[in-house]
Amino acid sequence: MDYLKRTTICAVASAIALTAGAQAALSKDLRIALQSDADVLDPDQSRTFVGRIVYASLCDKLVDITPDLEIIPQLATSWETASDGMSVTFQLREGVIFHDGTPFNAEAVAANIERSQTLDESRRKSELKSITSTEVLGDYEIKMNLGGADATLLAQLADRAGMMMSPTAAAEAGADFGLNPVCSGPFSFTERVAQDKIVLTRFADYWNADEIAFDSVTFLPIPDTTVRLANLQSGDIDMLERLAATDLAQAEADADLVVQSAVSLGYQGITFNISNGARGDNPWGNDKRLRQALSHAIDREALNQVVFEGAFAPGNQAFPPTSPWYNQSLPVPPRDIEKAKTLLAEAGFPDGLELEVQVPNSTEPLAVMQVVQAMAAEAGIQIKLTSKEFATLLSDQSAGDYTASQIGWSGRVDPDGNNHQFATTDGGINDSKFSDPKMDEVLNTARVAPGIDERKALYDEATAIMLDELNRLFLYHVTWIWAHSAKLQGFTPYPDGMIRLEGVTWEE
Amino acid sequence: MLRFLLRRIFIAIPTIILISVFVFSLQQLLPGDPLLVLAGEERDPEVLEALREKYRLNDPIPMQYFAWASNALQGDLGTSLRTNQPVTELILEKLPVTLQLAIMSMIFAMLIGIPAGILSAAKKGTLVDYTANVVALSGLSVPNFWLGIMLILLVSVKWQLLPASGYTPPAEDFWQSIRTMLMPAFVLGTALAATLMRHTRSAMLSVLSTDYIRTARAKGLRERNVIMVHAFRNALTPIVTLTALLFGELVAGAVLTEQIFTIPGFGKLVVDAVFNRDYAVVQGIVLVTAIGFIFMNLIADALYYILNPRLKVA
Repeated sequence: MDYLKRTTICAVASAIALTAGAQAALSKDLRIALQSDADVLDPDQSRTFVGRIVYASLCDKLVDITPDLEIIPQLATSWETASDGMSVTFQLREGVIFHDGTPFNAEAVAANIERSQTLDESRRKSELKSITSTEVLGDYEIKMNLGGADATLLAQLADRAGMMMSPTAAAEAGADFGLNPVCSGPFSFTERVAQDKIVLTRFADYWNADEIAFDSVTFLPIPDTTVRLANLQSGDIDMLERLAATDLAQAEADADLVVQSAVSLGYQGITFNISNGARGDNPWGNDKRLRQALSHAIDREALNQVVFEGAFAPGNQAFPPTSPWYNQSLPVPPRDIEKAKTLLAEAGFPDGLELEVQVPNSTEPLAVMQVVQAMAAEAGIQIKLTSKEFATLLSDQSAGDYTASQIGWSGRVDPDGNNHQFATTDGGINDSKFSDPKMDEVLNTARVAPGIDERKALYDEATAIMLDELNRLFLYHVTWIWAHSAKLQGFTPYPDGMIRLEGVTWEE
Repeated sequence: MLRFLLRRIFIAIPTIILISVFVFSLQQLLPGDPLLVLAGEERDPEVLEALREKYRLNDPIPMQYFAWASNALQGDLGTSLRTNQPVTELILEKLPVTLQLAIMSMIFAMLIGIPAGILSAAKKGTLVDYTANVVALSGLSVPNFWLGIMLILLVSVKWQLLPASGYTPPAEDFWQSIRTMLMPAFVLGTALAATLMRHTRSAMLSVLSTDYIRTARAKGLRERNVIMVHAFRNALTPIVTLTALLFGELVAGAVLTEQIFTIPGFGKLVVDAVFNRDYAVVQGIVLVTAIGFIFMNLIADALYYILNPRLKVA
C-alpha cells in the first residue's frame, strides 16, 4: 500500500515536472538587461544606442550587416546600383506583413522613406539626404533616385533609416508612433513602463519565425553595472549588455555564465578646438606639433590595461585596428617621451605647457583622463581636467567654449560615418571647426567612390592627414561585452553592439 | 479643527506657486541645451531648430512658464521630451511605486526605531542604551548604496532568496511585489529608523523626568505601565511630527535607493529627467512632490490636534 502510494505520487510528480519543463521551454520569456532606458520607440525619432538594441527584435530593416560589416538582405532580397550611381533598385521580400496585418511592399517602403525625410521630428533626414525621389516599379520592386552617387546609402539602410514601420500605423499615430510602435520584426510591441521594462511578444506571422525560439523578450534598463551582473548571477535576467571591464574576471569565473565580446565601430579620444570661436585661438589649436607631442606622450596599451583591464582595444585612428578600413601602415604608436619633448621644444615650449581638457563626470572618462594626465606630465604637459556633466560638456563643445574635450563616437558601419561630419569644413559635428581643403576633397570623393578598393585607398589617405593634424586624437575603442546564462546558445556578437535573436535558443 | 485645517491649506497654495516658479527658473539656469542632450551624438542643426520651435523653447522664459502653468491648472503637465509620454501619465505610473516603497520603509523604520528608542530611554545609561545608540549611529552612517549592493550580493546572488532588483506591481503578483520591495525598503528604512530612534529616546527621556511620572511611579504602578501608558503617549507628539517630516525625506532618500535597486519610481524618474534636461518631467514631479510634502504636514498637524487636547482649547 505504502509502496503503491509512493509510486503513484512519484509518477504524478514527474508528470507534473515534465509538463512544467516542457511548458517552460515553450513559453520562455527572454530577459535582457540594458545599461539605460531607451528613448522614444520611433525609428525616425530615436537617438539612443539601447533603443537600437530593442529595434533589433522589433523592426526589420531593408538590409542587415554581417559581423564582418558586409551588407546582406533582410526585407530587400537584392539590389542593384545604376552604372552612373544615380539610383538603386531594390527587390523586396514577398509575403511579409507588419504586426498590424498591413502588407509589406514597395508602397510601404516609399511611405517609410517619405516619413523619414519629411516628419518634423525626424532625425533621419541627413542620413537619407541623397534620395531625391522613390519610384514604385512593381509590388515588390522600388527604385530610389539619388541626387548624387552615395556609397554610404546601403549602410544607412542597415540601421534606423532602413527600418520599416507599418504605413497604416504611422499615418494614424503621426509623431506619437513611438508610444505604440508597429513594425515587421520577429517580435511585436506589447508594453512599456518607462525606466522599468519594454515587453515584446513573438510575432507568429514573422517571415523568418522558425529562427525565433522565444515567446517574448523583456528589456530591463538596469544602469548600475554591479547590479546588472548581480541580476544575471541570481537568475533574474538571462543576458546583459555592456558588462564593465572590471567585472570581467568575476563573470568569466562563473561556470553558469558565458561572456562574449566584439570591438565596437566607434572610438574614444580627445577633440581639440582648432578654430571654433575665440577659444580656438590658443597654442593647442594653432600648432599641430603640440597635439602630436601629447599623442607621443601617451602609452595607449598601458591606458587600456590600467583602466579597462586590457579588455578594450587601444587605437589611433577613427576605426579600430580590427576594422577592414583601418590603415595598417599607421599602427598604434608606442610611447615616445623624447619625441614628445622634442616636438614641444620645436613648438616653442621647451619647459612644457598647460592644457585644459573638459571631461564627462562619470567614472570611466575620468579614470582615462587621469591616466593620460599622469603620462602627459612626464613629457611636461600639465593637463588640467575640468569635469562637467555630459549635457554641459556637449553644449560647451558645440559652442566652442573649450580647448580640448574628452569625447567619443559610437561608430557607424560605413567609414564615412566616423569621419565626414567631424573632419570636413561643413561637417555637422565638426566641433573643432577643423578645415583642410585636401581633407574635404578626399572625404567627399570617398563618399561617392563606387569600388571598395578605391574607397579604402581614399580613407587611408584621410587617416594619414588626420594623424598628422590630430584635431581628433584617438585613444581607444570600446569593446562590447555581453554576459549571458550558459543556457542561452547561438548568440553571435556583432561590432555594432546589437543583440540579434535569430538562431538564439534556450537549452534547459 | 476644520478651520484650523482650512487655514493650513490656504497657506499651502502660495507655497506651491512659489515652488513651481523657483524650480522653473532654476532649470533655466542649468547649463546644457535640452535638445542638444536629446540629440546626443546626432546633432543636425536644422532638426534642432525645428524642435526648438515645436517645444516653444525660443519663447521668453516667463511666457514658457505661463504656458506651462495654465496647462498644469487644467491637469496637463506636458509631455516628456525624451519618450513623448504625457507627464501626468508618467507620474500616475510612478507614484504608486514610490508610495509602496515609502510605506514599506516607514514600517521598517517604525518597527525598529520606536521600540529601540523607548528601550534605550527606559534603560538609560545601561549596556542596552549604548548598544542601541551604536547601532543607530551605524544605521545613519552606512551609505545606502553600499548597504544596498551588499544586500544584493548576499541575499540575491549568494543565497538566491529575493529578487536582486526591479519592480512587480502588487496587482500583478502581491507576494512577489512585497518580496521585490523588501530589500530596498529595509535599506531606506534603517537610515530613518536611526533618526527615529534617537528622537524617540530624547522625547521619552524628557517625559520620564517630569513630575507626573514620578507620581505614577510613587503610586506603585508597574514600570511597563508607566512607560507605555503614561510616558509614551505624551512623547508621541514630537515623534508623529518627525515621522510625517521623515516621510518627505523618504521621497528624497528614494532617489538613491531606486537607482541601486532599479525601481521605476519617482526618484529614478526625476534623476533621469534632470540629466536629460527633460524639463516638463522635472517640473511635474517637483510639483507633485511639493503637494505631497505639504499634505504630509497637514496630516501631522491634524494628528497633533488629536494627540494633544490642549490645542483644541486654544
